[in-house]
Parts: sequence; structure tokens; C-alpha cells
Amino acid sequence: MASAAVALDRAPVLRTEKLSKTYRTGTVEVRALVDVDFAAMPGEFVVILGPSGSGKSTFLNLVGGLDQASSGKAWFQEHELTALAERGLTRYRRDHVGFIFQFYNLVPSLTAMENVQLVTDIARNPMPAADALAMVGLSDRMKHFPAELSGGEQQRVAIARAIAKRPELLLCDEPTGALDSKTGVMVLEALATVNAELGATTLVITHNAAIREIADRVVHFGNGRIVREERNAVRKPVSSVSW
Amino acid sequence: MRALDRKLLRDLRRLWAQVLAIALVMAAGAATLILGIGAYDSLFQTRERYYIDNRFADIFANVTRAPLHIARDIAAIDGVRTVETRIVKLALADVRGMAEPGSVQIVSLSETGEQKLNALSLVNGRLPSSGTSLEAVANADFAKAHKLVPGDKITVLLNGRKTVIRVTGTALSPEFIYVLGPGDLMPDPRRFGVLWMRVDALAAAYGLEGAFSEISVKLDAGMPQEPVISEIDKRLRRFGGTGAHGRKDQVSHAFLDAELEQLRAMSRVLPPIFLVVSAFLVNMTLLRMITLEREQIGLLKATGYSSRSIAWHYIKFALVVAAAGVIIGAIAGTWLGHGMAQLYARFFSFPYLVFSRDPSIYAIAAIITLAAAAVGALRAVSSVVFLPPAVAMSPPAPARYRQWLPVDWRMPRIMDTRAILVSRHLLHWPWRLASGVAGMALACAILVGSLWSMGSLEKVIDITFYKSDRQDASIQFTTKRPISALHDLRGFPGILRAEPYRAVPVRLRNGTAERRVALMGRPADADLSRLLDTGLNKVALPTHGLVLSDALASILGVRVGESVQVEFIEDSRKVELVPVSGIVNGYLGLSAMMDLTALNRLAREQAVISGVNLKIDPTRTEALFDRLKQTPVANFIVLQKTALKRFRETLAQNITIMVTVYAGLAAIVAFGVVYNFARISLSEQARELASLRVLGFSRGEVSGVLLTELAVVVALAQPLGWLTGYGFAWLMVQGFSSDLYRVPLVVERGVYAYSSLIVIAAAVVSAFIVRRRIDTFDLIAVLKTRD
Repeated sequence: MASAAVALDRAPVLRTEKLSKTYRTGTVEVRALVDVDFAAMPGEFVVILGPSGSGKSTFLNLVGGLDQASSGKAWFQEHELTALAERGLTRYRRDHVGFIFQFYNLVPSLTAMENVQLVTDIARNPMPAADALAMVGLSDRMKHFPAELSGGEQQRVAIARAIAKRPELLLCDEPTGALDSKTGVMVLEALATVNAELGATTLVITHNAAIREIADRVVHFGNGRIVREERNAVRKPVSSVSW
Repeated sequence: MRALDRKLLRDLRRLWAQVLAIALVMAAGAATLILGIGAYDSLFQTRERYYIDNRFADIFANVTRAPLHIARDIAAIDGVRTVETRIVKLALADVRGMAEPGSVQIVSLSETGEQKLNALSLVNGRLPSSGTSLEAVANADFAKAHKLVPGDKITVLLNGRKTVIRVTGTALSPEFIYVLGPGDLMPDPRRFGVLWMRVDALAAAYGLEGAFSEISVKLDAGMPQEPVISEIDKRLRRFGGTGAHGRKDQVSHAFLDAELEQLRAMSRVLPPIFLVVSAFLVNMTLLRMITLEREQIGLLKATGYSSRSIAWHYIKFALVVAAAGVIIGAIAGTWLGHGMAQLYARFFSFPYLVFSRDPSIYAIAAIITLAAAAVGALRAVSSVVFLPPAVAMSPPAPARYRQWLPVDWRMPRIMDTRAILVSRHLLHWPWRLASGVAGMALACAILVGSLWSMGSLEKVIDITFYKSDRQDASIQFTTKRPISALHDLRGFPGILRAEPYRAVPVRLRNGTAERRVALMGRPADADLSRLLDTGLNKVALPTHGLVLSDALASILGVRVGESVQVEFIEDSRKVELVPVSGIVNGYLGLSAMMDLTALNRLAREQAVISGVNLKIDPTRTEALFDRLKQTPVANFIVLQKTALKRFRETLAQNITIMVTVYAGLAAIVAFGVVYNFARISLSEQARELASLRVLGFSRGEVSGVLLTELAVVVALAQPLGWLTGYGFAWLMVQGFSSDLYRVPLVVERGVYAYSSLIVIAAAVVSAFIVRRRIDTFDLIAVLKTRD
């Protein structure tokens, strides 16, 4: 498949250095993330694999500005994320990051179109909401409320909402976790299209090892650390994947 | 402890803020009930016991002068148990340090010292020594107002003669629980007091040896008064009897009755409202709680719990909250009731206060509160608990929204997406929106219902003192005098205008309805004391026929053009049929008026007057007062401005306290409703709001969504609250009205504004609390959970 040009010669979009997160509940300490060094290049499509509790979601939350690190540093382009306060992180999410979750997290009282408009209302340089929906193949479902859409359609609305701001970074946490294989493939197609057309660096967390072949790079998490990385010489087209 | 009960305790702890808010609203309901009924009962019982202990008479009658042996005739009337004769006179008093003349009612004490009826409770000092010594016991309030102690002296114009009287003690009497001077609106202990003297001293001063001017009668238990009254009237007619009357026409008793009636009205209108609101709150909160626990309920049922035991679990939750409310309410209500009874006791002169601790009030408060909670809970519980476990365990079908208006996004957008979000959310659950609006409207309404009375009083004051009775002073003569007395008075210093009046005690009758009133005669062109029609326009007094105040006309059931039977109580006992020629406005007392000449003609009297209304040059009042103190013609002087000041002070004090208590309780309700609504909204939308935060909305923008919703509900509730509050005020006005005064229903704009401000303030506080919760959202946890 036509891959987005991964600009390996340019500065990374996202970089971390000894990024760590420790949760404390009473006297119990859980080290969810331990000294993670990571970098992602512009346009790169990275799949993150690992068992439950391996630290992959914690990692995504930290680089997405949803949570604060306990130690270590993270940069988005030249901005140090770990130095930002609440307000700065909000700004970062608003302007640069698109999120996609397992359970879609659409606003049930807004139509597909309005869910996307939520983002275009506040983003700095958004694309028209209708264009975002067209990109994920939902032009004919724009007026529908989430309850009137299938799971796959809902997840595609979530993708449209995430990309409408033209994000530099697209973070997906188990985007196909709640979907069957056929629907999941459609969602992955949408993600791959967005990655190719917008050049957004895409990080996809999954349990699903079948997805690894569509990525530029696969990162394996275990016990809060990156245990292994592999790079695919060729990205397989999404249509060849199934589970 | 069973696992479900442990869950109950944990739920209570988890939801403590909402639980407390609901418990406080319930406490407010229970407290108003206990406070209202408790204060009423305390006062009622205090009065009953005082009447019994001090042998308060059942019937009273005044005469000009009757020989003592008549008392024996009256004692022989069937049903009469005890009779006591007295001399009762009104006199001007000159008390040191007071520029304006005061008045005292002088009441005789028997020579033996035995007080068969209306016995005094001596507060300090001793009774006057027997014989003709010029000694007196003063009523406690008067003594206190003038710092009189045994041994002090005051000067009284006894039968026109300046007499120095030594005070030997102070006392309270069941006849003077409410010590009101004739023509006064409020007790003014500075200007009016009661002196009890030995009968010989009084008889000597007034030439009433072997005679009496007042008789009090106690009846056998269960004896109806009417036949006895008419027998007494028959025997006293030829001695200038003005007609015997029962307790209901006794000034002190009647005022106390009116006051008790008001208390009762308050305790009947407000508590039910509080309880309805709290049932609402329980319903709203439980409904949300149960919706959130739907899967747990399914699980419990799957493990074998019956629908009944699960329903009981949630009802217990409501009952525990209600029980907390009852306990808080009982303590607060008892305390406030205590305070209010004491306030009344200060206002009225009681020697002691019987605090009512009737357990049945507490039981009623508890039962009603628990029932309100259970009703609220039942409705909530029935929605989920009876679902089959498999259905309950799966999440509820996602809410299906719909477009309320056709939207085309090629058209320019008029609404921000967040505004759409808020409006859809509100419109999707119309029942929730309605109950939120209704709850807040009730909170606002309770405030309007508590605060309105101030404005109404101002209206009474404005109409009565500035538009109707505009005189600076009224002088009441000791006896009726020829019209020439008016000309004598005009020579007094500082009098700018003088208008005569004639007051004749009459009984007005129409069919079975009758009232005893003073029929007032005044010149047709009177300008100081004016008549206002029910539209508050000045009207001239017709030259013939009766003019009645609207309240009296409605009591008698007569309209203009119909006739009323007028029975003259004094002297002639003539009965005449007189047409009603006008109906006028009147808030204080029941009034009947006639043209002065027409009245004297009707009474077959010469041109006589009972007193004069005066307009006084304010720079010369002292000279006038000095002159009046020396004048034997008057026995009572009403100073309108002093009366007004007193009226304001007394009412302001009483009403401020009452209003503060009720408004405080209403503010609690407002807070309880708004806070619960906000919390429920937050819990329903937590996930959406967290999503917005993830999408890059700031804390302020996300809070804005919820707070806009809250603001819309608060705003919608206000007009409804004003309207409902007006209804509550109307209900209370009905309860307040008595023969003594009526309260016009005036709800000033300020009342609405204040009420809304308090509700809005409660909303702002709730908003702050909710905002803090939004700020501390755990975004990740929210997003990881399934809807």
C-alpha cells in the first residue's frame, strides 16, 4: 500500500527520555511505566503491542497530555510536554492531538456531524466537519445520532472527530477492541487513509497482533518498559489483515 | 451485618453531600412543622393555663354607674358561677421624662384584697394598702418602660384632678396580656399602662361609692354565653350598660387570638411545601443512583435476591436520609419553636411560658417526613428493580436523541455545538428538566412566600397613615361633649386643624351575622381622616346611610343599597334599619362610618362629639402637650406618628425574626435542590464532559456546558417560582385575615428579586462545588469505562 513518507531524516514529532509513571494507592506503589525512551517521526505509523498492565496505555496517556509523568521527560516537537501545566496540556490536546478510544466516547446527544463540529468549533486550523466525515466514508450518515450508528460507524465518527483538527499526532487506544474483524478492518482502513493523507504520526495500542503488519514499526511493551522493537520493511495493506 | 446493609452504609458515606442536602431539606420541613405547631401550642397552652390559674372572666360588661346590689342579681342568673364588680376608668397620666401625655387604665381592687376573677400575678412589690391611700400596682411593661420601682410616683388626672399616685409594685394580668390603648394599633408601654388601685380610693375620686362601672362574670363549665349575656344586658340597661360581651370582644384576648391564627396559618402552608420538595429530591437522587446501579441490581437478582429485598434496600436508603432529616429537624424545630414562643411571650405579657412538648407533633413530623421519602423512593425504585435480571445486567439502551428542529449545515450555524449539547440534553429528559425546574421554582416560591409580608405591611402603613388617617393626633374625650368643645380646642397652641368625630358603640346585624363595632360619625368634609374606596381613591362621606369597610361588609354579607340593622348599645338601645351607602377600604379593624349629623340624628342626640382629630404644628407640640396634660377633658390621646413608629418597630421585630427563620429554611431548600440537580447532571454527563476535556476543551469550557444547563434550569424556574410564591402568599393572606386586621396581598418586585437572588446564590455555590469536581476529573478512568 502507498505509505506516507516517513521522514526519518527529520526531527521526531514525539520523543521521550526516561519517561516513568508510578501510581500510589495508600502504601502500595505500582510502577506503571519505567524509564521509557521513545521517538516517533513525522508521518510514522506505530503499533504498540503488549499484555494488559504492560504500561502501553499509561505511555499513551502521558504523551497525549492526559496525565502527568512521575519522572523523565517528553517532547512534542520542540515543546517539553512534561514541563507543561494543566492549561498548556489542554492547549496541546486541542491543537495537536487526536484521540481514539475503544469505546468511541461520542456525545450521544450530538449527531455525527455535530460530534465532529465539537472539535472544529475550537481547533486552530480545522478542516470542514463534512470533509472529515467524508474521509472516513460517512458522508451519508452525518445527520445520525450515535445510537443510530453501528459500532464501526461510531468508531469512524470518533476518527473523523480526531482528525478534523488536522492533528500532528493521532493516538488510538484499542480502536478495534470492541469491534468484529470486518468492522475492525474498516476502522483500520480509515486510520491508514488518515495517516497517509494527513501525514499524522499515528500510535495505535492494541492486543491484536494481526495488526502489526500494517505499521511502519512495532513496539512491544512489557512490565512498564519497551522490551522490543521491530520495523516492517514493507507495510501490508489493511485489506490483507484479518483476525 | 448483612452485605446489603453494609452497601447501604457505604452508599450513604459515598453520597454524603447529597444525602446531607436532602436531609437538610427534610429537616427544614420537619422543623417548620414542629416550630409552627410547637409555638402555636406553647402559646395556646400558656394562655389556657394562665386563664385558669388567674381566673380570667368569660363575660365583661361596662356601665356608667350601677349600684353594687345589681351584682347579686347577676350572680343569680342561671349558669353564672362567679361575679366581680370593679371600677374601671381611663385617665391621662403625666410621667416624668415624657413630653407627650400618656394614659392609664385604672382598675379597682376589692378592699378585702380577694381577687375572685382576673387575678393579678404580682411581679414585685406589694398590693396597694387598703383604704383610700393613693397607691397603685402598675402593669409590668409600663413600669419597665418608665423604670418605675416601688416607691416611685406618677401624676394622673383622676376625674380631672391632678393626683399623685405612689407605685407599690408591678403585676401582670390575664386581662392585659396584650396591653393596647383605645384607638392604638400596637401596645406602647410608654404611652399606655394599667394601674390597679383599691376600690375605695377610686370610688372616692370618681364619686362611685357603693357603685361599680364594670362587671366580670365567670360561667359554669359548658354554659353557653349568649343567654347569660342577654340576661346581663337586661339588668344593666338602665345603668348605662354598653352591652356585655364575651372574650372574643375583649381586646387582649382578641389580639392574641389573631396572632395564634397567624401562627397556625404559617404552620399549615409552609411545611407541606418543604415536604413535597424533599420527596422530589429523594426521587431525583434515588432515580439516578438506581440507574447507575442497574447492573449491580441485575447481579443481585441473578444471585437470588428478590425484587422486594432490593427495593427495600433502596427504600431504606431514603428512610435513613429522612430519619436524619427528622432528627435534625426536631432539634432545630424545638429550638426555633422555643425561640419563637419566647419572642411572643415578650410581645405578650405572660407570667410564665408553657413549652409544648407534645410527642404527637414529633410523631406527625416523623411520619410525614418518612412517608414523603418513601413515596419519592418508591417511584424511583419501581423503574429498575422489577426488570428481569438479564435485562438489568445489560446496560440500558443508549438514549435516542432526535432533532427538534430541521438542521441543514449548509446554512449558517446559529448555535455553538456546546449550546446544541445543552439544549438536547435538557429536552431529551423533559421529566428531569420539569422536576428540576419545579424543585427550584418551589425553593423560589417558598422565599417569595416568606418574604412578601414586609411589603404588604408597608402598604398597610402607607394607606392607613398617609392616605387615610392623616391626623397627627386624636383626642378622645372622657364623655361625649357638645360640638362647642371643638371650638374650645381650636384655641389650644399649635393646632392647625381640628375635625370632630363621634364614636357610638353599636351592634350591626344582617341575618345571623353580627358584629360589635364603634360606629364613627364624622363631618362630610373631613380631610384629615379620609375615606378611600376599594380602589384607594378618596371618596366623600354620603350624607346619609352607612359606610362600611370592605371586611365588615363581607362579614355581614351586605352590598351597597342593602340595609343593616343598627342596635345602639348605650342608653337608648334603639334598633334602626340603615341602608349601606358605601363600602370603603380598611385594613385595620372593622369600621362603620356615618355623617356626624346623620349619626346624631339617628341616635336622637344633640350635636355631640366623642373626640377630635388634630393636625399639629410640629414646632409647637410641646406647648400643646403641656396644655393637654392639664386638661381634664381628654382621657386618651393617640399620636399617629408615635403609633406608626411603634407599629413599625413591633411588627418589624416580629416579622424580621419570622421571615429570617423561614427564609433561612427556604435557602436551605434552594441549595438542596440546586446542588442535587447539579450533582445528578454531573454524574449523568461525566463521560461526555471528560471526552470534551480529552478533545482539548479547557476546564472552564467543559464546566460551562454543565453550568449553562444549570443556569437554564434556574432561569426557567424563576417566573414559575414567582407565580407559585404569589399563590403561597395568597394562601397565607387567607389565614392571616381576622376581624382585627387584614393584610393586603402585595408582593413587591423586590421580593421576587430577593427570592431569585437567594436561589441564584445557592446555584452559584453549587456550581462552584460541581466545578471543582469537574476540575479534578480522572479523565483516564472515565474514558476506560463502558457507558
